[in-house]
Amino acid sequence: MPRRVGVNLRHIGHRTVDAIWRLGYFARFFAAIFLYSGTSFRRFFLTIREIYFTGVLSLVIILVSGLFVGMVLGFQGYHTLQRYGAAESLGVMVALSLVRELGPVVSALLFASRAGSAITAEIGLMKATEQLSAMEMMAVNPVARVVAPRFWAGVISMPLLAALFSAMGVFGGYLVGVVMIGVDEGAFWSQMQSAVDFREDILNGVIKSFVFGIAIAAIAVFEGYDAPPTAEGVSGATTRTVVTSSLAVLALDFILTAVMFRGIA
Amino acid sequence: MERATIDLWVGIFVAAGIAALFVLALKVGNMGNFSAADTYKLEAHFENVGGLKPRAPVKSSGVVVGRVADISFDTKRYDALVTFVIDKRYQFSRDATASILTAGLLGEQYVGLTTGGDDVMLKNGDVIKLTQSAVVLENLIGQFMYNKASESGATGSGK
Repeated sequence: MPRRVGVNLRHIGHRTVDAIWRLGYFARFFAAIFLYSGTSFRRFFLTIREIYFTGVLSLVIILVSGLFVGMVLGFQGYHTLQRYGAAESLGVMVALSLVRELGPVVSALLFASRAGSAITAEIGLMKATEQLSAMEMMAVNPVARVVAPRFWAGVISMPLLAALFSAMGVFGGYLVGVVMIGVDEGAFWSQMQSAVDFREDILNGVIKSFVFGIAIAAIAVFEGYDAPPTAEGVSGATTRTVVTSSLAVLALDFILTAVMFRGIA
Repeated sequence: MERATIDLWVGIFVAAGIAALFVLALKVGNMGNFSAADTYKLEAHFENVGGLKPRAPVKSSGVVVGRVADISFDTKRYDALVTFVIDKRYQFSRDATASILTAGLLGEQYVGLTTGGDDVMLKNGDVIKLTQSAVVLENLIGQFMYNKASESGATGSGK
Protein backbone atom coordinates (compact mmCIF):
# COMPACT_ATOMS: atom_id res chain seq x y z
CA MET A 1 0.00 0.00 0.00
CA PRO A 2 2.65 2.65 0.87
CA ARG A 3 4.41 1.64 -2.33
CA ARG A 4 1.30 2.49 -4.38
CA VAL A 5 0.94 5.84 -2.64
CA GLY A 6 4.55 6.55 -3.48
CA VAL A 7 4.02 5.67 -7.14
CA ASN A 8 0.95 7.90 -7.33
CA LEU A 9 2.76 10.79 -5.66
CA ARG A 10 5.67 10.39 -8.06
CA HIS A 11 3.16 10.45 -10.92
CA ILE A 12 1.63 13.73 -9.69
CA GLY A 13 5.09 15.21 -9.21
CA HIS A 14 6.14 14.19 -12.70
CA ARG A 15 3.01 15.73 -14.24
CA THR A 16 3.53 18.99 -12.36
CA VAL A 17 7.19 19.31 -13.29
CA ASP A 18 6.34 18.45 -16.88
CA ALA A 19 3.60 21.10 -17.02
CA ILE A 20 5.92 23.75 -15.59
CA TRP A 21 8.67 22.74 -17.99
CA ARG A 22 6.26 23.05 -20.94
CA LEU A 23 5.11 26.45 -19.71
CA GLY A 24 8.73 27.63 -19.55
CA TYR A 25 9.40 26.17 -22.99
CA PHE A 26 6.33 27.99 -24.32
CA ALA A 27 7.54 31.28 -22.81
CA ARG A 28 11.00 30.86 -24.36
CA PHE A 29 9.43 29.95 -27.69
CA PHE A 30 7.13 33.00 -27.49
CA ALA A 31 10.14 35.24 -26.82
CA ALA A 32 12.00 33.61 -29.73
CA ILE A 33 9.12 34.45 -32.10
CA PHE A 34 9.48 38.14 -31.24
CA LEU A 35 13.27 37.93 -31.40
CA TYR A 36 13.24 36.43 -34.90
CA SER A 37 10.26 38.36 -36.34
CA GLY A 38 12.56 40.65 -38.35
CA THR A 39 12.35 38.35 -41.36
CA SER A 40 8.55 38.32 -41.46
CA PHE A 41 8.50 42.11 -41.83
CA ARG A 42 11.59 42.52 -44.03
CA ARG A 43 10.32 39.87 -46.44
CA PHE A 44 6.70 40.87 -45.92
CA PHE A 45 5.45 38.57 -48.67
CA LEU A 46 6.04 35.62 -46.33
CA THR A 47 3.50 37.13 -43.93
CA ILE A 48 1.10 38.17 -46.71
CA ARG A 49 1.05 34.58 -48.00
CA GLU A 50 0.10 33.38 -44.50
CA ILE A 51 -2.54 36.12 -44.13
CA TYR A 52 -4.03 34.70 -47.32
CA PHE A 53 -4.16 31.19 -45.84
CA THR A 54 -5.35 32.12 -42.33
CA GLY A 55 -7.37 35.29 -42.98
CA VAL A 56 -8.76 35.28 -46.51
CA LEU A 57 -9.65 31.59 -46.52
CA SER A 58 -11.46 32.00 -43.16
CA LEU A 59 -13.64 34.76 -44.61
CA VAL A 60 -16.47 32.52 -45.78
CA ILE A 61 -17.05 30.79 -42.43
CA ILE A 62 -16.69 34.09 -40.52
CA LEU A 63 -19.07 36.06 -42.73
CA VAL A 64 -21.73 33.34 -42.91
CA SER A 65 -21.57 32.69 -39.15
CA GLY A 66 -21.73 36.42 -38.42
CA LEU A 67 -24.81 36.83 -40.58
CA PHE A 68 -26.59 33.90 -38.95
CA VAL A 69 -25.62 34.86 -35.39
CA GLY A 70 -26.95 38.36 -36.08
CA MET A 71 -30.20 37.01 -37.52
CA VAL A 72 -30.74 34.70 -34.55
CA LEU A 73 -30.03 37.60 -32.19
CA GLY A 74 -32.64 39.59 -34.08
CA PHE A 75 -35.29 36.91 -33.58
CA GLN A 76 -34.46 36.13 -29.96
CA GLY A 77 -33.99 39.78 -29.01
CA TYR A 78 -37.29 40.79 -30.59
CA HIS A 79 -39.11 37.93 -28.86
CA THR A 80 -37.89 39.06 -25.42
CA LEU A 81 -37.93 42.83 -25.93
CA GLN A 82 -41.45 43.07 -27.35
CA ARG A 83 -42.82 41.69 -24.08
CA TYR A 84 -41.65 44.90 -22.40
CA GLY A 85 -42.73 47.07 -25.30
CA ALA A 86 -39.13 47.86 -26.08
CA ALA A 87 -38.82 46.31 -29.54
CA GLU A 88 -37.13 49.50 -30.79
CA SER A 89 -34.16 48.70 -28.55
CA LEU A 90 -33.47 45.67 -30.73
CA GLY A 91 -30.67 47.51 -32.53
CA VAL A 92 -28.97 48.33 -29.22
CA MET A 93 -29.17 44.73 -28.06
CA VAL A 94 -27.88 43.24 -31.30
CA ALA A 95 -25.06 45.76 -31.71
CA LEU A 96 -23.85 45.72 -28.11
CA SER A 97 -23.85 41.94 -27.77
CA LEU A 98 -22.01 41.58 -31.08
CA VAL A 99 -19.46 44.34 -30.66
CA ARG A 100 -18.64 43.63 -27.04
CA GLU A 101 -18.84 39.84 -26.80
CA LEU A 102 -20.01 37.67 -29.65
CA GLY A 103 -17.98 39.28 -32.41
CA PRO A 104 -14.57 38.86 -30.79
CA VAL A 105 -15.32 35.56 -28.99
CA VAL A 106 -17.23 33.58 -31.64
CA SER A 107 -14.93 34.67 -34.45
CA ALA A 108 -11.94 33.72 -32.25
CA LEU A 109 -13.39 30.25 -31.61
CA LEU A 110 -14.06 29.79 -35.34
CA PHE A 111 -10.61 31.12 -36.15
CA ALA A 112 -9.01 28.68 -33.71
CA SER A 113 -10.72 25.70 -35.31
CA ARG A 114 -10.44 26.89 -38.91
CA ALA A 115 -6.98 28.48 -39.04
CA GLY A 116 -5.25 27.48 -35.78
CA SER A 117 -5.64 23.77 -36.44
CA ALA A 118 -4.34 24.22 -40.00
CA ILE A 119 -1.25 26.07 -38.75
CA THR A 120 -0.51 23.35 -36.19
CA ALA A 121 -0.97 20.53 -38.70
CA GLU A 122 1.23 22.26 -41.26
CA ILE A 123 4.12 22.99 -38.88
CA GLY A 124 3.74 19.58 -37.22
CA LEU A 125 3.93 17.80 -40.56
CA MET A 126 6.92 19.94 -41.57
CA LYS A 127 8.60 18.73 -38.42
CA ALA A 128 7.55 15.09 -38.94
CA THR A 129 8.93 15.10 -42.49
CA GLU A 130 12.11 16.77 -41.16
CA GLN A 131 11.68 19.89 -43.26
CA LEU A 132 12.44 22.01 -40.20
CA SER A 133 15.66 20.09 -39.55
CA ALA A 134 16.61 20.48 -43.20
CA MET A 135 16.16 24.25 -42.88
CA GLU A 136 18.40 24.30 -39.86
CA MET A 137 21.01 22.35 -41.81
CA MET A 138 20.91 25.09 -44.44
CA ALA A 139 21.40 27.69 -41.69
CA VAL A 140 17.83 28.96 -42.11
CA ASN A 141 16.18 29.60 -38.78
CA PRO A 142 12.81 27.76 -38.89
CA VAL A 143 11.35 30.08 -36.24
CA ALA A 144 12.11 33.10 -38.41
CA ARG A 145 11.17 31.48 -41.74
CA VAL A 146 8.16 29.33 -40.79
CA VAL A 147 6.84 30.18 -37.32
CA ALA A 148 7.00 33.99 -37.07
CA PRO A 149 5.17 34.77 -40.37
CA ARG A 150 2.33 32.44 -39.36
CA PHE A 151 2.16 34.02 -35.91
CA TRP A 152 1.99 37.56 -37.26
CA ALA A 153 -0.52 36.57 -39.92
CA GLY A 154 -2.81 35.26 -37.18
CA VAL A 155 -2.36 38.40 -35.06
CA ILE A 156 -3.14 40.68 -38.03
CA SER A 157 -6.09 38.64 -39.34
CA MET A 158 -7.98 38.19 -36.08
CA PRO A 159 -9.15 41.80 -35.41
CA LEU A 160 -10.12 42.22 -39.07
CA LEU A 161 -12.14 39.00 -39.00
CA ALA A 162 -13.84 40.01 -35.73
CA ALA A 163 -14.78 43.42 -37.18
CA LEU A 164 -16.22 41.75 -40.28
CA PHE A 165 -18.12 39.29 -38.08
CA SER A 166 -19.67 42.11 -36.02
CA ALA A 167 -20.56 44.18 -39.08
CA MET A 168 -22.13 41.15 -40.74
CA GLY A 169 -24.01 40.35 -37.52
CA VAL A 170 -25.45 43.85 -37.25
CA PHE A 171 -26.56 43.54 -40.87
CA GLY A 172 -28.18 40.17 -40.05
CA GLY A 173 -30.00 41.71 -37.08
CA TYR A 174 -31.16 44.52 -39.37
CA LEU A 175 -32.43 42.01 -41.94
CA VAL A 176 -34.50 40.12 -39.39
CA GLY A 177 -35.53 43.03 -37.16
CA VAL A 178 -36.34 45.72 -39.70
CA VAL A 179 -36.88 43.97 -43.03
CA MET A 180 -38.66 40.83 -41.83
CA ILE A 181 -40.37 41.74 -38.54
CA GLY A 182 -40.82 45.42 -39.23
CA VAL A 183 -39.21 47.23 -36.30
CA ASP A 184 -38.98 50.94 -37.07
CA GLU A 185 -35.82 51.51 -39.08
CA GLY A 186 -35.06 54.98 -37.70
CA ALA A 187 -35.40 53.84 -34.10
CA PHE A 188 -33.29 50.75 -34.80
CA TRP A 189 -30.30 52.76 -36.02
CA SER A 190 -30.64 55.88 -33.87
CA GLN A 191 -31.00 53.99 -30.58
CA MET A 192 -28.06 51.83 -31.60
CA GLN A 193 -25.95 54.87 -32.34
CA SER A 194 -26.81 56.61 -29.10
CA ALA A 195 -26.04 53.50 -27.01
CA VAL A 196 -22.87 52.16 -28.66
CA ASP A 197 -19.79 54.15 -27.74
CA PHE A 198 -16.74 54.05 -29.98
CA ARG A 199 -14.10 53.91 -27.26
CA GLU A 200 -16.04 52.03 -24.62
CA ASP A 201 -17.56 49.33 -26.81
CA ILE A 202 -16.00 49.12 -30.26
CA LEU A 203 -12.38 49.81 -29.33
CA ASN A 204 -12.58 47.41 -26.39
CA GLY A 205 -13.93 44.75 -28.75
CA VAL A 206 -11.00 45.32 -31.10
CA ILE A 207 -8.54 45.06 -28.20
CA LYS A 208 -10.18 41.80 -27.17
CA SER A 209 -9.90 40.28 -30.63
CA PHE A 210 -6.28 41.44 -30.86
CA VAL A 211 -5.45 39.64 -27.59
CA PHE A 212 -7.32 36.53 -28.78
CA GLY A 213 -5.35 36.64 -32.03
CA ILE A 214 -2.04 36.65 -30.12
CA ALA A 215 -3.21 33.76 -27.90
CA ILE A 216 -4.53 31.56 -30.73
CA ALA A 217 -1.58 32.17 -33.05
CA ALA A 218 0.97 31.55 -30.29
CA ILE A 219 -0.72 28.32 -29.16
CA ALA A 220 -1.12 27.07 -32.73
CA VAL A 221 2.50 27.58 -33.78
CA PHE A 222 3.79 26.27 -30.46
CA GLU A 223 1.74 23.06 -30.60
CA GLY A 224 2.89 22.49 -34.18
CA TYR A 225 6.53 23.12 -33.37
CA ASP A 226 6.34 20.95 -30.25
CA ALA A 227 4.36 18.09 -31.84
CA PRO A 228 5.89 14.60 -31.67
CA PRO A 229 7.08 13.86 -35.23
CA THR A 230 4.59 11.07 -35.87
CA ALA A 231 1.16 10.89 -37.49
CA GLU A 232 -0.39 10.37 -34.05
CA GLY A 233 1.63 13.21 -32.58
CA VAL A 234 0.49 15.68 -35.23
CA SER A 235 -3.16 14.72 -34.84
CA GLY A 236 -2.89 15.03 -31.05
CA ALA A 237 -1.23 18.44 -31.39
CA THR A 238 -4.00 19.64 -33.73
CA THR A 239 -6.65 18.59 -31.24
CA ARG A 240 -4.75 20.25 -28.39
CA THR A 241 -4.54 23.50 -30.37
CA VAL A 242 -8.30 23.71 -30.79
CA VAL A 243 -9.06 22.74 -27.17
CA THR A 244 -6.35 24.88 -25.53
CA SER A 245 -6.91 27.96 -27.64
CA SER A 246 -10.70 27.82 -27.23
CA LEU A 247 -10.32 27.57 -23.45
CA ALA A 248 -7.69 30.32 -23.50
CA VAL A 249 -10.03 32.57 -25.48
CA LEU A 250 -12.88 32.05 -23.00
CA ALA A 251 -10.63 32.56 -19.96
CA LEU A 252 -9.02 35.68 -21.46
CA ASP A 253 -12.46 36.98 -22.39
CA PHE A 254 -13.58 36.72 -18.78
CA ILE A 255 -10.48 38.54 -17.52
CA LEU A 256 -10.66 41.27 -20.19
CA THR A 257 -14.39 41.81 -19.66
CA ALA A 258 -13.87 42.08 -15.90
CA VAL A 259 -11.17 44.71 -16.43
CA MET A 260 -12.87 46.66 -19.24
CA PHE A 261 -16.50 46.82 -18.12
CA ARG A 262 -16.06 46.93 -14.36
CA GLY A 263 -16.92 50.62 -14.24
CA ILE A 264 -20.23 50.16 -16.03
CA ALA A 265 -21.75 47.46 -13.85
CA MET B 1 -0.74 30.33 -56.41
CA GLU B 2 0.72 33.39 -58.03
CA ARG B 3 2.04 36.18 -55.90
CA ALA B 4 -0.07 38.89 -57.53
CA THR B 5 -3.30 36.96 -56.86
CA ILE B 6 -2.41 36.44 -53.21
CA ASP B 7 -1.52 40.13 -52.88
CA LEU B 8 -4.85 41.08 -54.40
CA TRP B 9 -6.89 38.83 -52.10
CA VAL B 10 -5.03 39.93 -48.97
CA GLY B 11 -5.50 43.53 -50.07
CA ILE B 12 -9.24 42.97 -50.44
CA PHE B 13 -9.36 41.22 -47.05
CA VAL B 14 -7.51 43.99 -45.19
CA ALA B 15 -9.53 46.73 -46.91
CA ALA B 16 -12.80 44.95 -46.10
CA GLY B 17 -11.73 44.48 -42.47
CA ILE B 18 -10.86 48.15 -42.05
CA ALA B 19 -14.07 49.14 -43.84
CA ALA B 20 -16.05 46.96 -41.42
CA LEU B 21 -14.37 48.74 -38.51
CA PHE B 22 -15.32 52.10 -40.04
CA VAL B 23 -18.91 50.96 -40.54
CA LEU B 24 -19.01 49.88 -36.90
CA ALA B 25 -17.55 53.19 -35.75
CA LEU B 26 -19.75 55.46 -37.87
CA LYS B 27 -23.00 53.57 -38.46
CA VAL B 28 -23.25 51.51 -35.26
CA GLY B 29 -21.31 53.68 -32.83
CA ASN B 30 -21.71 57.35 -32.05
CA MET B 31 -18.34 58.43 -33.48
CA GLY B 32 -19.95 60.34 -36.30
CA ASN B 33 -22.20 62.47 -34.12
CA PHE B 34 -19.85 64.76 -32.26
CA SER B 35 -16.17 65.36 -32.50
CA ALA B 36 -14.25 67.47 -30.00
CA ALA B 37 -13.60 70.22 -32.51
CA ASP B 38 -17.10 71.63 -33.01
CA THR B 39 -18.53 71.57 -29.50
CA TYR B 40 -18.62 73.89 -26.53
CA LYS B 41 -18.98 73.27 -22.81
CA LEU B 42 -21.70 74.41 -20.45
CA GLU B 43 -22.12 73.83 -16.72
CA ALA B 44 -25.14 73.66 -14.46
CA HIS B 45 -25.76 73.10 -10.75
CA PHE B 46 -28.49 70.67 -9.79
CA GLU B 47 -29.90 69.96 -6.36
CA ASN B 48 -30.28 66.30 -7.30
CA VAL B 49 -29.21 64.54 -10.49
CA GLY B 50 -31.08 61.31 -9.74
CA GLY B 51 -29.92 58.55 -12.05
CA LEU B 52 -28.22 60.80 -14.62
CA LYS B 53 -25.02 59.26 -15.99
CA PRO B 54 -22.10 60.63 -17.98
CA ARG B 55 -22.71 60.39 -21.77
CA ALA B 56 -26.47 60.78 -21.25
CA PRO B 57 -28.02 62.83 -24.06
CA VAL B 58 -28.82 66.53 -23.78
CA LYS B 59 -32.01 67.21 -25.71
CA SER B 60 -33.84 70.30 -26.78
CA SER B 61 -37.38 69.75 -28.09
CA GLY B 62 -36.48 66.05 -28.22
CA VAL B 63 -33.49 66.57 -30.53
CA VAL B 64 -30.11 65.45 -29.20
CA VAL B 65 -27.92 68.58 -29.11
CA GLY B 66 -25.13 67.34 -26.85
CA ARG B 67 -24.03 64.95 -24.13
CA VAL B 68 -23.34 65.00 -20.42
CA ALA B 69 -19.57 65.08 -20.10
CA ASP B 70 -19.05 64.90 -16.36
CA ILE B 71 -20.99 64.81 -13.10
CA SER B 72 -19.28 65.80 -9.86
CA PHE B 73 -20.18 66.94 -6.36
CA ASP B 74 -19.52 70.60 -5.60
CA THR B 75 -18.26 70.78 -2.01
CA LYS B 76 -18.67 74.58 -1.85
CA ARG B 77 -22.36 74.64 -2.69
CA TYR B 78 -23.16 71.07 -1.66
CA ASP B 79 -24.94 70.25 -4.87
CA ALA B 80 -24.16 68.41 -8.11
CA LEU B 81 -22.15 70.08 -10.86
CA VAL B 82 -22.97 68.73 -14.33
CA THR B 83 -20.85 69.57 -17.36
CA PHE B 84 -22.39 69.29 -20.85
CA VAL B 85 -20.76 69.21 -24.24
CA ILE B 86 -23.05 70.91 -26.76
CA ASP B 87 -22.79 70.91 -30.54
CA LYS B 88 -21.57 74.30 -31.86
CA ARG B 89 -24.45 74.43 -34.33
CA TYR B 90 -26.94 74.89 -31.48
CA GLN B 91 -26.82 78.11 -29.46
CA PHE B 92 -28.93 78.79 -26.38
CA SER B 93 -29.82 82.10 -24.75
CA ARG B 94 -28.37 83.08 -21.37
CA ASP B 95 -31.61 82.42 -19.51
CA ALA B 96 -32.03 78.86 -20.80
CA THR B 97 -33.41 76.23 -18.43
CA ALA B 98 -31.80 72.83 -17.89
CA SER B 99 -33.96 70.13 -16.37
CA ILE B 100 -33.36 66.45 -15.72
CA LEU B 101 -36.10 64.41 -17.35
CA THR B 102 -36.86 60.73 -17.78
CA ALA B 103 -37.53 59.04 -21.11
CA GLY B 104 -40.65 57.00 -20.51
CA LEU B 105 -41.68 55.59 -17.17
CA LEU B 106 -38.57 53.51 -16.52
CA GLY B 107 -36.33 54.89 -19.26
CA GLU B 108 -32.93 56.48 -18.95
CA GLN B 109 -32.59 60.03 -17.68
CA TYR B 110 -31.54 62.88 -19.92
CA VAL B 111 -31.13 66.62 -19.71
CA GLY B 112 -33.72 68.82 -21.36
CA LEU B 113 -32.63 72.30 -22.46
CA THR B 114 -35.23 74.98 -23.06
CA THR B 115 -34.07 78.28 -24.45
CA GLY B 116 -35.22 81.59 -22.98
CA GLY B 117 -35.84 85.03 -24.43
CA ASP B 118 -32.49 86.74 -23.79
CA ASP B 119 -30.49 87.99 -26.80
CA VAL B 120 -27.14 87.07 -25.25
CA MET B 121 -26.11 83.49 -26.04
CA LEU B 122 -24.30 81.10 -23.74
CA LYS B 123 -20.58 80.78 -24.44
CA ASN B 124 -18.04 78.04 -23.76
CA GLY B 125 -17.68 77.50 -20.00
CA ASP B 126 -20.82 79.43 -19.01
CA VAL B 127 -23.12 78.28 -16.22
CA ILE B 128 -26.82 77.70 -16.80
CA LYS B 129 -28.57 79.47 -13.92
CA LEU B 130 -32.06 78.02 -14.10
CA THR B 131 -32.14 74.31 -13.38
CA GLN B 132 -34.72 71.77 -12.36
CA SER B 133 -33.67 68.67 -10.45
CA ALA B 134 -34.54 65.08 -11.16
CA VAL B 135 -37.78 63.79 -9.73
CA VAL B 136 -37.07 61.42 -6.86
CA LEU B 137 -39.88 58.94 -6.53
CA GLU B 138 -39.62 58.67 -2.73
CA ASN B 139 -39.94 62.44 -2.28
CA LEU B 140 -42.88 62.49 -4.65
CA ILE B 141 -44.68 59.75 -2.72
CA GLY B 142 -43.83 61.46 0.59
CA GLN B 143 -45.27 64.75 -0.66
CA PHE B 144 -48.39 63.02 -1.92
CA MET B 145 -48.93 61.27 1.43
CA TYR B 146 -48.37 64.53 3.30
CA ASN B 147 -50.89 66.32 1.10
CA LYS B 148 -53.39 63.51 1.54
CA ALA B 149 -52.93 63.57 5.31
CA SER B 150 -53.38 67.34 5.57
CA GLU B 151 -56.41 67.13 3.26
CA SER B 152 -58.14 64.52 5.40
CA GLY B 153 -57.11 66.45 8.52
CA ALA B 154 -58.72 69.59 7.11
CA THR B 155 -61.98 67.84 6.25
CA GLY B 156 -61.88 66.12 9.66
CA SER B 157 -61.66 69.41 11.57
CA GLY B 158 -64.33 70.94 9.35
CA LYS B 159 -66.87 68.37 10.36
